[in-house]
Amino acid sequence: MKELKIFGIVAVFTLILYWGVEPFAHSQMHKHVKGADLVYNGAADIVECEQSKKEMKKAFWADVQKIAALKGDAAAGEATYAMCAGCHMEGAANMGGVIPPSLDHAGAIYDKNFLIALIKDPAIATNVDHKYADTMAHPMGSIKTMVSEPQDIANVVAYLQAKKAGEVTPKEAYVEACSRCHANRYGKLTQLGEIPKTKSNIATGKDIDAMKYQEKVATEEASLANYLGKLPPDLSIMIRARSEHFLHTFIEDPQSQLTGTAMPRTGLNKEGMEKVFAYLEETGDPSKPLREETGPKVLLFFIIFTALAFLWKKSMWKGHH
Amino acid sequence: MAHFEKAKNLNEWMDQRLAVNTLKKVMNTEYWIPKNINFLWAMGMVLAATFGILLVSGIFLLMYYQPNVNLAFDSVNYTIMSEVGYGWLWRHVHGVGASVVFLIIYIHMFTGIYYGSYKKGRELIWLSGMGLFVAFSAEAFSGYMLPWGQMSYWAGMVITNLFSGGGLHADFLVEWIRGDYVPGQAFLGRFFMLHVLLIPLAIIGLIVLHFGSLRIPHVNNQDGEEFDFAEAAELYKAGKVKESKVIPFSPVFLSKDVLVMGVYFIFFFYLVFYHFEFAMDPVNFDPANGLKTPTHIYPEWYFLWSYEILRPFSTNVGLIAFAIAQVIFFTLPFLDRSPNVAPASRRGLFKFWFWALLIDMIILTFMGKLPPEGIWSTIGLVAALTFMGLWIALPIITSREKKL
Amino acid sequence: MAKNEQGRRDFIGMALGGFTALGGIGALYAMKRTWDPLPSVKAAGFTTIDLKDAQDNVLVVEKWRGKPIFILKQSADMLAKVKEDDKKRLINIGDSHYVVCVGLCTHLGCIPGYDAGDQSFLCACHGGMYDSTANVTKAPPPRGLDIPPFRVDGTKLVLGETGPEYEKMLADGTTLKV
Repeated sequence: MKELKIFGIVAVFTLILYWGVEPFAHSQMHKHVKGADLVYNGAADIVECEQSKKEMKKAFWADVQKIAALKGDAAAGEATYAMCAGCHMEGAANMGGVIPPSLDHAGAIYDKNFLIALIKDPAIATNVDHKYADTMAHPMGSIKTMVSEPQDIANVVAYLQAKKAGEVTPKEAYVEACSRCHANRYGKLTQLGEIPKTKSNIATGKDIDAMKYQEKVATEEASLANYLGKLPPDLSIMIRARSEHFLHTFIEDPQSQLTGTAMPRTGLNKEGMEKVFAYLEETGDPSKPLREETGPKVLLFFIIFTALAFLWKKSMWKGHH
Repeated sequence: MAHFEKAKNLNEWMDQRLAVNTLKKVMNTEYWIPKNINFLWAMGMVLAATFGILLVSGIFLLMYYQPNVNLAFDSVNYTIMSEVGYGWLWRHVHGVGASVVFLIIYIHMFTGIYYGSYKKGRELIWLSGMGLFVAFSAEAFSGYMLPWGQMSYWAGMVITNLFSGGGLHADFLVEWIRGDYVPGQAFLGRFFMLHVLLIPLAIIGLIVLHFGSLRIPHVNNQDGEEFDFAEAAELYKAGKVKESKVIPFSPVFLSKDVLVMGVYFIFFFYLVFYHFEFAMDPVNFDPANGLKTPTHIYPEWYFLWSYEILRPFSTNVGLIAFAIAQVIFFTLPFLDRSPNVAPASRRGLFKFWFWALLIDMIILTFMGKLPPEGIWSTIGLVAALTFMGLWIALPIITSREKKL
Repeated sequence: MAKNEQGRRDFIGMALGGFTALGGIGALYAMKRTWDPLPSVKAAGFTTIDLKDAQDNVLVVEKWRGKPIFILKQSADMLAKVKEDDKKRLINIGDSHYVVCVGLCTHLGCIPGYDAGDQSFLCACHGGMYDSTANVTKAPPPRGLDIPPFRVDGTKLVLGETGPEYEKMLADGTTLKV
């Protein structure tokens, strides 16, 4: 029994030590941000912004709610969508700092209210309006004047949800929602897409095609860094560099975790967020499935080992006490 | 040439040439351990097993790790973690092992302090043990540099800056240690050499010394009792195993060691598979960036108490306090003026000294992790001063201790 | 045999030892897998070669899995001289015939040199020789230069993948598996 008491004391001190160094210290170092449960109604934006903008934002998001209540006509929206496709197309060029992302699954991965807000005013919707004197200066700012009628906005969003939805893979979600700014080298993704396979020149040993591609990527990254103030980090292993809660709340509203950041809100809905996280885990924690499969087996081995060791100890110590 | 008869079997053949049977007696079946001990006495073997695990997992990591500032991070986080068969397992085992080994080291150390196992013939066991603590600390620090993440870089920057000696401004020394103005390729290369070759050799040598210095004084026991090992051994060999105060290392003590190790491995592998963030801090999953310090930098938990002794004071005072804290434990056998070899519970004021030291070091550990602001820095200062005070008080308390 | 104080066999000790050995085998398996070539190494084992610019009797050297690959387009008079047995070593694409093989001597792995005038290969290391279809003509190499797995794709060859022509070469013993 005395040994059990000693073990108890050691265990208690160890647990106290762990508590202080990990959960307690981290709670003191990182303020807890609640998150909005993927509800895009600008509530956090209104709290975060400066006094002079609060009324404008309240009105903006109230308008978004009104548009959301309208019945959208997908067929009519398809015609309006042509305005979008001009920039959001395959092989699009860099526009004002970033290449417009593909909208192939926009209806599936982005929230409806967010999409409405985005077309109404991209800078306010993505909560980076504090970076612009006039939100028309946003690379997508001109959409405000091109598609401004509430019914038109409702139609386009209905079109996206009808025709630009469907099954989306984790990689597709990441490419569409993140990769225009964030490379993922472990997934062989750059801001320009997948790294192409190239071959070295047999005589010189140099791979000119790879070098040319690297130059294109470097140019694009320079443009991004110039537009955003710094180069967005590669997300290959971000799933292990930040807690899941941080990433979730950050992606939902970057300003809530990093005030003043240039990163725009992405507007991902539940499905979009799940798929993006799945891809981040693919590149950042690919051993997770095997680790979870092997863990129980190894622990079972040692439990049986300990049981056998206990029996051996008993037999060796017989008559000694 | 000595005379050799034809051997009857393999055992006799080996015994004629290597004295394996004598070795077996001396190291195992007639190496006498007191019976009056508890599971804490197994911590030494647990440490040896953990060192072995670190060595083996390290070998497989070494096959794929690239000690180059441009390649290191991805060689670990991409190649080893996702490409190499079971690479993730070696990495997790190595990271968790490096952290847990210090938990066991501290338990082992404080067991020694509690039971007075550093006195009266056992001073070299204590000194070689403290040498091992320093060697393991150097090994842990050098190893942490290798993934070349943000924490690796900035810990390297901060700790090497200590060598400028505050007011001495010995910048040349800092640059010499780094091999460069800042931690870079030269820095990574030399810490790789230290981690993979030099310090492990030193550790192995110190372990041999540690075991060697243990042999003659013998292992201590829960009451600090001094008794005749030869007499107890004879009793045991005569079959009076219950009356004898000793047990042979093999198989009796070993069987309890193995049981303790089994429980330990369940705990260890639970951490490896399910609960490893404490050992693989998220900050180090950002690649090293010499132009951006992370919001919070802190050493690994086992260095926090000593880090906190550095922090609350002005530069020069802090450095002196820090230097003292590193070596003060070595002086324990000499600062403790009492002749009593007994558990702390029976040593009057020393009992309070022991628990006060333990709690003080835990508080220092907590404060070392917290940002140095407000109430935390005040508590940290008080704890650092208490630490100094306790060591100054030790010779006074122990010289007045009643002889048991 | 481990025996306890009463001289009886230490069965539980042996059971523990045996069980521990099982764990050891598991650990050894993980170690073996760590030595395995990485997936990226195996995936890089595909190279596409475009044959359309190859010239008659001019040796072209490419790289596949780190090894040199010989491509030798057969001219009309080379074709006329090809022995009956060697015809199955040729790859026929459109009107052209090619020899595609791993440029490592099947003796001990040196790279043989090609003599266009003589239309033969000579390995400088130990004097082995091959004809214009890279079949062995002089010892010590035990067989002709090996043919890598390939798949015909128009005028291109994809090395590392297999196609019906390669399968046939394997089946009738024209080449060993590389």
